[in-house]
Amino acid sequence: MEYSEVMARKNQVMKNAVGIDYARFEKQGIHFDYERMMEQVGYTLEQIREIQGETSVGQTPLVELKNITRLVRKFSAPGKGARIFLKDEAANPSGSFKDRRASVSVYHAAKHGYKGVIAATSGNYGAGVASQAAKRGLKCIIVQEAFDSRGIGQPEILEKGRACEAFGAEVLQLSVGPELFYIFLLLLEETGYFNASLYTPFGIAGVETLGWELAAQTRELTGRFPDTVVVTHAGGGNLTGTARGLQKIGAGHTKVVGASVDLHGLHMASDGDFNRKSFTTGHTGFGIPFAVFPDRSDVPRNAARALRYMDGYYLVSQGEVFYTTELLASLEGLQRGPAGNTSLCAAISLARQMDQDQLIVVQETEYTGAGKCPSAQLTFARQNGIAVRRGNPSESIPGKNVILPAHPEQISAQQIPLDELRISYLRQLQKSTARAEFSGEEKDFLVQELHLADRENPMQTLEELFQQAQGTR
Amino acid sequence: MDSMAKKGDWVKIHRVLLEPSQRAPQVPEDTARVPLEMRLNGFLLEETAVPGQEVGIRTLAGREVRGTLVEIQPRYTHTFGQPIPELLEIGIRARALLEEGAEQ
Repeated sequence: MEYSEVMARKNQVMKNAVGIDYARFEKQGIHFDYERMMEQVGYTLEQIREIQGETSVGQTPLVELKNITRLVRKFSAPGKGARIFLKDEAANPSGSFKDRRASVSVYHAAKHGYKGVIAATSGNYGAGVASQAAKRGLKCIIVQEAFDSRGIGQPEILEKGRACEAFGAEVLQLSVGPELFYIFLLLLEETGYFNASLYTPFGIAGVETLGWELAAQTRELTGRFPDTVVVTHAGGGNLTGTARGLQKIGAGHTKVVGASVDLHGLHMASDGDFNRKSFTTGHTGFGIPFAVFPDRSDVPRNAARALRYMDGYYLVSQGEVFYTTELLASLEGLQRGPAGNTSLCAAISLARQMDQDQLIVVQETEYTGAGKCPSAQLTFARQNGIAVRRGNPSESIPGKNVILPAHPEQISAQQIPLDELRISYLRQLQKSTARAEFSGEEKDFLVQELHLADRENPMQTLEELFQQAQGTR
Repeated sequence: MDSMAKKGDWVKIHRVLLEPSQRAPQVPEDTARVPLEMRLNGFLLEETAVPGQEVGIRTLAGREVRGTLVEIQPRYTHTFGQPIPELLEIGIRARALLEEGAEQ
């Protein structure tokens, strides 16, 4: 069947496969009613806590990283070095926060009589969906982009494939390329299964409990809400759901910052670049495109809209995250996987700038093991011609080297100004709509999309960003 | 490894889903030169089969799919890797830093 033929049917296929008529939420032009979509399609936070309770998802421990905090204070200015906490999401059934995201979709699919669920993911989400499907007695298919044209699989993705099979899921593994989506559509048509997309309101609402819980636990331990929560950012759902949960418990003043592994220069659809990276998610290859153009996802309107909630965005290098992984194991006795350690790495850097009585929370961990741990990834990197050495991480070049810091003081998260992302969002918007002018109603929507409502003059700020978007074309 | 698979054996098949000429227009040059390939595990439907033969399998989700038999009893090939000396030193050095001037 022709690629273009199948792609042309995508909206109808998705309507059947997620049971949401997205047209209901469309307003004038680019405007759509995001909050109404979240309310009418999603479940309330209370309902979700019940749904997640049925399959033992959530209620994970919050751990204070006292030794790492102490280490950070050793090389911070006097009075600096915030207390660092970690939400141990590896304690979820399949070993990551993705169970929260999967739980609501699989519940919803079962309730509406679907026989099975499908998800397109090379990440932990596959194991989350497979685990939840096992618990609720649904069939499950996971579609992974897993190997290059030599047939060599990325170790972390192979491990996730193994985990999915352990939960009884069919794992369809593909070589590199965006046509994964075409295969995914064909499978949805063939099976009539539910699309457990990462980007529906179900998936995002499932993460709200994470923000809610971590705020409640921090308050219980310290008497107040966190000052900053660091979220590993890729597709935007983790950040969006966490921020919404924080707002729902009343921790709206907590700063929510995203952190991604810097993989600039590596093309995500390139066969040659595929196995030159040591991180398969939580990196800029997803983080930046999804922040600036969220509706690139597998559903017509993405419920994960990170720019609406982000108060800061930081990049860390691959070597810095491996170093952080070793610190967590050797100083705190916690061996955990790469995703959460990306935000922990950024938190170590941010804590140095914060006062000692301030609180910073890293909101996830994930399980680790064969394929995922630093020794597995660095062995694989060397096999693929990547230089691995100790040195200054500022010399990192993704795809060429991985540089492990010689000293923890060298961990330095690089801030990406949010206005750069906003300008990029507007450029993408102008390109995808082929329009330069937008109505007042559409601009009101953009003020929300770009998180400008708190500015002194949101409309004027928007106009200035538009001008810069024109200028940088 | 057995060189012949019997009905019901757990096997891996391979199939080309899109030839280079059929690939999406937006793929980068290196990806456009190679086909889109699939690998999938399942239970063999044929009475017997040898690698290289076109076969059918039943997947864990119960679907029947056809492709070329490439592996009988497919192994998980990912490992913990080799010990990386540069990693082993990180904890030792960090512990030493932490214990330096313990009165702090």
